[in-house]
Amino acid sequence: MAVVNKKASTYAFKIIAYTFCLLLTILSLFPFVIMIVNSTRSTGEIQSHAISFIPGSNLKANWNVLMGRGFDPFAGFRHSLIISVGSTACNVYFSTMTAFALVAYDWKLRKPFFTVIMAVLMIPAQVTSIGFYQFMYKIHWTNNYLPLILPAIAAPATVFFMRQYMIPSLPMEILQSARIDGAGEFRIFNQIVLPMMKPAMATQAIFSFVMSWNQLFMPQILITDMEKYTMPQMVSLLNGDAYRTEYGSVYLGLFLTVVPILIAYFILSKYIIEGVALGGVKG
Amino acid sequence: MKTKLKGISYSKYGYLFSIPFVVAFLIFTLYPTIYTATLGFTDCRGVMGPDNYKFLDHPFEIFKSVLENDSFRLSLKNTIGIWVMNFFPQITIALLLTAWFTSHSNEIRCKGFFKVVFYMPNIITAATVAILFKALFSYPTGPVNDLLVSTGLRDSSYYFATNKTAARLIVAFIQFWTWYGNTMIVLISGVLGISPDIYEAAEIDGANGVQTFFRITIPNLKTVLLYTLITSLVGGLNMFDIPFLFLNGGPDRATLTTSVYIYNQAFAGSYLYNKAAAASMVMWVIIALCSAVLFFVMRDKDQIKLDKELKKAKKEAKRVAKGGADQWQW
Repeated sequence: MAVVNKKASTYAFKIIAYTFCLLLTILSLFPFVIMIVNSTRSTGEIQSHAISFIPGSNLKANWNVLMGRGFDPFAGFRHSLIISVGSTACNVYFSTMTAFALVAYDWKLRKPFFTVIMAVLMIPAQVTSIGFYQFMYKIHWTNNYLPLILPAIAAPATVFFMRQYMIPSLPMEILQSARIDGAGEFRIFNQIVLPMMKPAMATQAIFSFVMSWNQLFMPQILITDMEKYTMPQMVSLLNGDAYRTEYGSVYLGLFLTVVPILIAYFILSKYIIEGVALGGVKG
Repeated sequence: MKTKLKGISYSKYGYLFSIPFVVAFLIFTLYPTIYTATLGFTDCRGVMGPDNYKFLDHPFEIFKSVLENDSFRLSLKNTIGIWVMNFFPQITIALLLTAWFTSHSNEIRCKGFFKVVFYMPNIITAATVAILFKALFSYPTGPVNDLLVSTGLRDSSYYFATNKTAARLIVAFIQFWTWYGNTMIVLISGVLGISPDIYEAAEIDGANGVQTFFRITIPNLKTVLLYTLITSLVGGLNMFDIPFLFLNGGPDRATLTTSVYIYNQAFAGSYLYNKAAAASMVMWVIIALCSAVLFFVMRDKDQIKLDKELKKAKKEAKRVAKGGADQWQW
């Protein structure tokens, strides 16, 4: 009897759990499905029935309208790529270097330095953006990508993560033997430490890239020249009057901005999910 | 071998390798922070450039006016309100999914697939998400209205963008939608970090799934939960992209968050840099307090213990050395 009961309750549990997960799956995917389908439909079709799972035949017309009114996803793509690649490279390389300084050497200020890094870990750059903007304005760095790239050299969160990863995985004996072989400290870092840290660097690179790619606030205050807009700024153009009644084109524009991220996500999803899990426990 | 190497001091390389970080930090973080704080005490405003300002006669004038400002107070209230509305459903659902996905007795299949799908909204550009939802909730013929009318839930379309509560709820929902997957993954990895022995013992003692969850999982997740709470709060206090692009703070300032307020003060045509700087510093203090809490919780407890013991041992050694040999012998 008890066995039967247990079986019945397991069965009920499974029905509830799978139904709920299925609902959340629909919730996650539904907006994107609507977006993709509607990007192929005309304004009239969308107005009469906004939900449809049958693609229309208006893709080319939507494309022409979209491109004709200031929205240039390829320029946005290019600019965001420059910024994201630059800032990710700075972030990962220099954070690993700083972590190396914290792990491999015994220096007087090591502990206070690490405490400072821990203390500023959570303070977002956004709350000091007014001073940052005024400073950049003074040195004529507005409408320039450098203020969006160079601050990544000092990324406390990445340093923290790298240090946690490096402590157990970098044996000091290797450094010693490299020294005996006559390698300089800088060469040791570049040729021995960096390759060993590759997995952690890859994880951090993905997140740094995504963060930089998606950020709107900083580019929005620093880049005012439309010719230099980043991808999220391009997206914000779809909000404007030029596309007020062009529903199909807006959906198409949104779709174009999502495509590269979705492709990258489905290729790297395993590493991304692992990275989120790792960051949560350690960070 | 070791003694030979000890002759050379490598400590200077510690400083050398920290230089890039320190320099970038001083230029791009510390200086702007001090600059922002300073601007709050000046009359810096307008388009004439950042060099034509002077300090105010009453230094706290701007801070006072910002703290008393109706819009700023409202924006703070909105920010916290929207965060609360998004966080509690988020943590509840994330905990529920965590309990299911880590359950030993009822294995759920396709976990990997669900994780990938639930996390996906988090990786999409927030700007895109905001405008996509604006389109979804548009009036009178947006997809959501289409769904409501065609399923018979409503007779006519609903104008979501004119109702304050609806607008706040939608912004909170978007935040929930983008973050619950992330929170779930963090919590699952927290649960996987709990020793399996405890669960085994509970199973032997005859605890059921619900008991195990509330008596073992939740208490052991405390640190991870607090981490989630504070990172989410700090993120929520900076919420910008979604309220800014969804309805630009409207309708009637209902979704005006502090970041949108600061942006509007400084960059949307009014150039009130001093006011924006003062408001930023208020937010800075709030966020610093939040992260201070996290700092004290997350600091390496083992390391602190070790340090204390080391100190104690040193003291003991000193005392012994002073007191002589008889004490030592005891």
